[in-house]
Amino acid sequence: MRIGVLALQGGVREHRAALEAVGAAVTEVRRPEDLGGLDGIVLPGGESTTLSMLLESSGLFEPLSVAVRAGLPAFGTCAGMILLADEVEDGRPDQRSFGALQVVVRRNGYGRQRYSFERDLDAKGLEAALHEVPEAPEAARPEMATLPAVFIRAPVVVGTGPEIEVLVALPDHASDDPAGVGGPVAVRQGNVLATTFHPELTGDRRLHRLFVSMASTRAPSGR
Amino acid sequence: MTPGSMGFMAFQPDPARATGTFTVKRGLADMLRGGVIMDVVDAEQAKIAEDAGAVSVMALERVPADIRREGGVARMSDPALIEGIQQAVTIPVMAKARIGHFAEAQVLEALGVDYIDESEVLTPADEAHHIDKWAFTVPFVCGATNLGEALRRISEGAAMIRSKGEAGTGNIVEAVRHLRSILGDIRKVTQADSAELYAWAKQLAAPIELVREIAETGRLPVPLFCAGGIATPADTSLVMQLGAEAVFVGSAIFKSDDPARRARAIVEATTHFADADHVAKVSRGLGAAMRGEELTELSERLADRGW
Repeated sequence: MRIGVLALQGGVREHRAALEAVGAAVTEVRRPEDLGGLDGIVLPGGESTTLSMLLESSGLFEPLSVAVRAGLPAFGTCAGMILLADEVEDGRPDQRSFGALQVVVRRNGYGRQRYSFERDLDAKGLEAALHEVPEAPEAARPEMATLPAVFIRAPVVVGTGPEIEVLVALPDHASDDPAGVGGPVAVRQGNVLATTFHPELTGDRRLHRLFVSMASTRAPSGR
Repeated sequence: MTPGSMGFMAFQPDPARATGTFTVKRGLADMLRGGVIMDVVDAEQAKIAEDAGAVSVMALERVPADIRREGGVARMSDPALIEGIQQAVTIPVMAKARIGHFAEAQVLEALGVDYIDESEVLTPADEAHHIDKWAFTVPFVCGATNLGEALRRISEGAAMIRSKGEAGTGNIVEAVRHLRSILGDIRKVTQADSAELYAWAKQLAAPIELVREIAETGRLPVPLFCAGGIATPADTSLVMQLGAEAVFVGSAIFKSDDPARRARAIVEATTHFADADHVAKVSRGLGAAMRGEELTELSERLADRGW
């Protein structure tokens, strides 16, 4: 099982550590040649404007976009989710995304850094998804009712299409106030998994384990 | 009285959310790794920086090269200027406060800046104390010339450290000295036995808990970026290979012949720092870099500010 981590900018090291902790081998991806032989790709957090620019200049945008839409399992966190989205609000006009996930996301949906936050979320949907996959023997795990989540200038999912399965949601306290807005924060569509928060910044490896199992039981076709 | 953060006390509709935690502060620094933070003095420069792929901009009134040339007291920027830059770009906006000037920091927090740089580039406001950065929701970055200084800033609550270098000179030699000092001492601490760690804590004038953490992990507990003297794509490749995790570029971009191209080239070289072919490609035909300063010709070292 070999997973690539897009290593142009952002939180690469933590994803690498999380993937290795759940038994995957990791390749850092900076050039099109690095895409060969991958069973899945992680798109980390970072600045989405910078990432989309560097994807173009490194020649990775087209091959990666084609591969993900053709079914290469992909896991995007924060800026990585923005790269996967069908539609991006409040982005730059020249900012491109893969269109591999039926969501509309709003960049910096909670506002500036002072609104960035940590919060425990209800993990029922995630636990249900984990129950569908065969448990690897080395990954015996305690079931936990909550999932710790870290939101850093995070995007907000403002719309979802029919194929989107919401795994984790943030309770809505005041949809007109950045400090209260809720909605889907972890979603899945076929081989694509995405979170608006940063699971790699906590010690909880359940989302990485789910992704690695998605990559090992890769569905026959993507979207 | 403890000087607290009085700028931002918003009503929290979702009481389960914890804002301003160290994880949240450090998390933004983590997401800037591998990127370039560029000094800008107005909205137009901020747009150029964002267009070139900057991960963040530092809003200030004068770039360090001009502060050095013009002299006088260098202070926090005009809030109107910072707000203009915040409106012009979607990437995080940082701004500088004077060392120890917690009231300037409170103002910057109230403006909603994403990171505060408690910076030796501005004229210090306190000759003995840095800001108590734990009292704030907004994260802080601080400069350091050696490991002890870095750990003292972290113990005060800094969530990102940048090696100081010598700002406004376009001369990389001090940045290299400071990076080598910090990273070299980290390597030595990892070789120390448990008794020697106490001697290290004394020598570094830093808390033993942080020294122990470094001995275990082999790295600072927060990201280490590099600042002060980066002028070319090869400069950024050099400091990234030495172990910096991202770079601040000050005067070098907007004091060069072709700011947009140079900015873009430095962004590319920061990502592909280990690929000399790529650094060569982006270094071609950039026009003149900033003229730069020989260190022996300087009347004052900004890096000596801070304690």
